[in-house]
Amino acid sequence: MATVDAVVGPRRRSAGLLTVLTWIIGIVFFFPVLWMVITAFKREADAYTDPPSLIFTPTLEQFRALFDAGAWPYFLNSLFATTVSTLLVLALAVPAAYALAIRPVKKTQDVLFFFISTKMLPVVAVIVPIYVIAGRIGALDNVWTLIVLYTAMNLPIAVWMMRSFLQEIPAEVLEAAAMDGATLRQTLVRVLLPMVAPGLAATALICVIFSWNEFFFSVNLTASQAATVPLFLVGFMTSEGLYWAQLSAAATLASLPVVIAGWVAQKQLVRGLSMGAIK
Amino acid sequence: MSTDVATTAVPPQPAASARATVRSARMEGWRRRAPLLPALVFAILVTQIPFLVTLWYSLNSWNLVRPGSERFVGLSNYADVFADRVFRQAALNTVVITAGCVIVAMLLGIALALLLDRRFIGRSVVRTLIITPFLIMPVASALIWGTMMFDPLFGLVNFVLTPFGGGEYDWTSSAPLVSVIIALVWQWTPFMTLLVLAGLQSQGRDVLEAAQVDGAGAGRTFRSITLPHLRRYIELGVLLGAIYVVNTFDQIYIMTQGGPGTASSNLPFYIYQRAFLGFDVGQAAAMGVVVVIGTIVVATLALRLLFRSFAQED
Repeated sequence: MATVDAVVGPRRRSAGLLTVLTWIIGIVFFFPVLWMVITAFKREADAYTDPPSLIFTPTLEQFRALFDAGAWPYFLNSLFATTVSTLLVLALAVPAAYALAIRPVKKTQDVLFFFISTKMLPVVAVIVPIYVIAGRIGALDNVWTLIVLYTAMNLPIAVWMMRSFLQEIPAEVLEAAAMDGATLRQTLVRVLLPMVAPGLAATALICVIFSWNEFFFSVNLTASQAATVPLFLVGFMTSEGLYWAQLSAAATLASLPVVIAGWVAQKQLVRGLSMGAIK
Repeated sequence: MSTDVATTAVPPQPAASARATVRSARMEGWRRRAPLLPALVFAILVTQIPFLVTLWYSLNSWNLVRPGSERFVGLSNYADVFADRVFRQAALNTVVITAGCVIVAMLLGIALALLLDRRFIGRSVVRTLIITPFLIMPVASALIWGTMMFDPLFGLVNFVLTPFGGGEYDWTSSAPLVSVIIALVWQWTPFMTLLVLAGLQSQGRDVLEAAQVDGAGAGRTFRSITLPHLRRYIELGVLLGAIYVVNTFDQIYIMTQGGPGTASSNLPFYIYQRAFLGFDVGQAAAMGVVVVIGTIVVATLALRLLFRSFAQED
């Protein structure tokens, strides 16, 4: 017993040290975010101090100013583009994943390979024709152009993810449904849908993150009408210098939806980021 | 499954029904393929056709601000691209940024994952703190790093470095690539951490305990059991991370504008400049094609790995 205690003593102490270390690293890592949120509640004068200060009177004036500066249209465009493209992705990806997972076609591997290869195509390789074509058909500065592109951007991830979720459904479940005389529609809606609901949520989360944060297409293809939130932020890069407090408030607000969604769905995040490869 | 049962259950009858079977088999084939078609057609229309157009543009000399300047020039755009010193530098910067970011983020990710793979007070809180940088909008993160972190006068980084002899160092102009890589590492470390952590947690406890019983120390256990087990998670993280980081645009656009001069320009940013500031469609397209060819090499590796990962799961 004495030897066991002798071992446990230092081990427990080193475990305690590791815990403290982990906490410190976590806080250091998070600090830029924390600093952004803190600065969002400062007046501009309090934002530029040397040394940086933590003592100030918090104010909501920056957030109020954002909406006076016309933040609304950007947020509405982002919300619309994100929501509609995510729904479109699911509408296209779920049947495709169903065909690849539950009733595999002969060339399943080739099809999967094709989908994922579109994800690896660098966007810079297609931006020029997209810009020229969109210009010719009058689709520049149109939120629907973004929706089509975001759908294409997220479709491969969604197909892979949904396939991996659908594959987990045991064949017996579907056979049992068929035995009981369920139609295809009934099988889909009553049997499959409830079983893959968590998978649908995870897939939607990933699509929302990527389309909400997307900047490259937005900066190149939109101007005043269809501009999204990242463009609103870029608007703070002016030649007269930056307004840090104002910028922080905008950055906080812009990041908030995705941060909250990601915090709530941490488990699904891993699976989504690995396109379903890691469970 | 159920369909197989149905077709074999049909009693064998001569010619007429044989034809019916063939027809129903064909219909069955289409029934299987039909749900796939909308997604497939959409993906081909939106991604493959623009790429074919890029290929065509790359063989033409065409400047958008000079209407009617379009003419076929064969491969001369490619010759220009390879002779372009800035293009070569942008290509090198792309490699440095991608490799630097992915390697450092992965090393940090492994360390953080090992720290998080223990039971301790507030573990889920610390994990939440650590994944947050990945969720912050990249444009927002680039603005925060470019201003409040790296500002020479009021920036937090210089403030923290003051006791170590840091002065008013101008990060984004004096060390633009390092600044961009730091911001990118901050964004991508959580991604690596999550993947490696998932790997650690999928490890069988019994194997680790057996190693301990056999007298293997912590270091030995890590090297001979944990690391080999983590290998495919690390490979997956590196390759998926590389696919995203190669396309980095936001941080460069916001933090350095590719500068000073072209010191921190990467391929996506340089192509953007040529296309949207220089309006040189032909050259920009040729560069795009070169990037695609480069990406195919990395992508092929990544795809093989993804398939292997799935094969192990199935």
